[in-house]
Amino acid sequence: MTETSHYLCIGCPLGCRLEVETEGDEIIEVRGQSCKRGDTFARQEHVDPRRFVTTTVAIEGAPWPRLPVATAEAIPKHLMREVCATLHTLRLEAPVELGDVVLRDAHGTGVDVVATRSLGRR
Amino acid sequence: MPDLQPWQLERRYDVVVVGGGPAGLAAAVGAREQGAERVLIVDRESEPGGILQQCIHHGFGLHHFKEELTGPAYAQRYLERVLEHDVDIVTDAYVLDVDPTRRVSLLSGRHGRTEVDAGAVVLAMGARERTREAIRIPGTRPAGVMTAGFAQKLVNMAGYLPGRRVAILGSGDIGLIMARRLMLEGAEVVGVFELMPHANGLTRNVVQCLHDFDIPLHLSTTVVRIHGHDRVDKVSVAPVDEALRPRMAEAWEVPCDTLLVSIGLIPDNELARALGVRLDPVTTGPVVTSTMETSRDGVFACGNTVHIHDLVDWVSQESQLAGGGAGAFASGRRSSADNVRLVPGRNVRSCVPHTITTDREHTVFLRVTKSLAPCSLRLGEVYERPLRYVVPGEMVTLKVRPRFLQGFHGGNLHVDVVPREEAAA
Repeated sequence: MTETSHYLCIGCPLGCRLEVETEGDEIIEVRGQSCKRGDTFARQEHVDPRRFVTTTVAIEGAPWPRLPVATAEAIPKHLMREVCATLHTLRLEAPVELGDVVLRDAHGTGVDVVATRSLGRR
Repeated sequence: MPDLQPWQLERRYDVVVVGGGPAGLAAAVGAREQGAERVLIVDRESEPGGILQQCIHHGFGLHHFKEELTGPAYAQRYLERVLEHDVDIVTDAYVLDVDPTRRVSLLSGRHGRTEVDAGAVVLAMGARERTREAIRIPGTRPAGVMTAGFAQKLVNMAGYLPGRRVAILGSGDIGLIMARRLMLEGAEVVGVFELMPHANGLTRNVVQCLHDFDIPLHLSTTVVRIHGHDRVDKVSVAPVDEALRPRMAEAWEVPCDTLLVSIGLIPDNELARALGVRLDPVTTGPVVTSTMETSRDGVFACGNTVHIHDLVDWVSQESQLAGGGAGAFASGRRSSADNVRLVPGRNVRSCVPHTITTDREHTVFLRVTKSLAPCSLRLGEVYERPLRYVVPGEMVTLKVRPRFLQGFHGGNLHVDVVPREEAAA
């Protein structure tokens, strides 16, 4: 007995309508993708949906009071809010360089949160 | 941010670029690569990068840098390239006027009111957001009604949360992205209301910004009244009929303290209009040639000033071309004149550029009027390409190669997007 689950691909702006056909726990087939990314996304989304998280962190001494940051990899979807809550407790000091780690191993995911721009001193 | 501003401006630049957003940055690089020695970017913000600086989410650079970047990272990468190309940038500055001899009047904190002569000018002012006033939503005028992009700047750059209970009118990408941002910042988004029967933003944004956070999307529904004295306390919303008229008998009230409007962008063309540049009534941006030159000699335009893009990568590509055209013009080189006029035909709202040549490859950007799947894109009688689908919210990009137009000798080339069966028949 096979079952079909439907997902919308977020790999790129095309937004392919994906179908994942399963039998028990096994994925039999992925349909609807226009590229390899769609196939990979559908298999991941079916068992362990993940997202990149982008938010900001407070920073002192820079031209702006917030530094944009992002998880270096996608993290489990259900941890997005907890990671943001932790990031909201941080207070950084300028200067910061693009790619600097602002939080290591966010919530035990093994994924770092990094600055997505440089901010020099005011 | 290092101090990039020159203390003294030259009297004459080969190319002056108006605007330091993604379009202006790419145009400056293009100009330098096509022989312009002295290039000046004038930007009104305190740092270049434009709207990218507040777009802290991913989705930028997949085509251009072959990796997915956030807006600020894309801006920083591009700015590094600009600086390698030795370009002057003046920030906190406004261009007041460009006259037909390409004398540019500008006002800056550092230089006061100055005039510089330009061998060529690139208009890269970007776009503005449509506001509540643009669609005349009835009701009171309380605090708490703002455009989604303004809220984005408040949250992501200034560090202010604009409200606690937020309704969003319009499902454009900025509105969708802001729905997620506000949820992650601890506000509650009570719903997104969209006049049309389909979401306006990219599918990926509907999934990641609404579905992931269980935010309801009400299609064919609009805000019909804003309530509140000092602050918004609720909005009335109503479904619309096929003619997009609200069915007031079915209206209901949504308690909220903030209404974000995300109802589209308008190319910023005050300078172009003052200069007498011919505008396309559909895009509201300048009519441009295959090198992105406007109807005024030596005045080029690119990015959202010309037509609203949905991917910055295409803005960079188009703007590098415009800058290249400007650089070549300033160096006294002209490419062959365009001999084909693209005419938006069936289900095509707009085509940019407006004219092309038959001897070079061109990238043409199309917007369609309505969704079709599967379908076919046709160039007159000479070329046809199958497309899996088209939707109004996503620009169609077509590389037109010289061989497609072999055997085409007319002046007007009609561009149609038609259902597949019909094309096959």
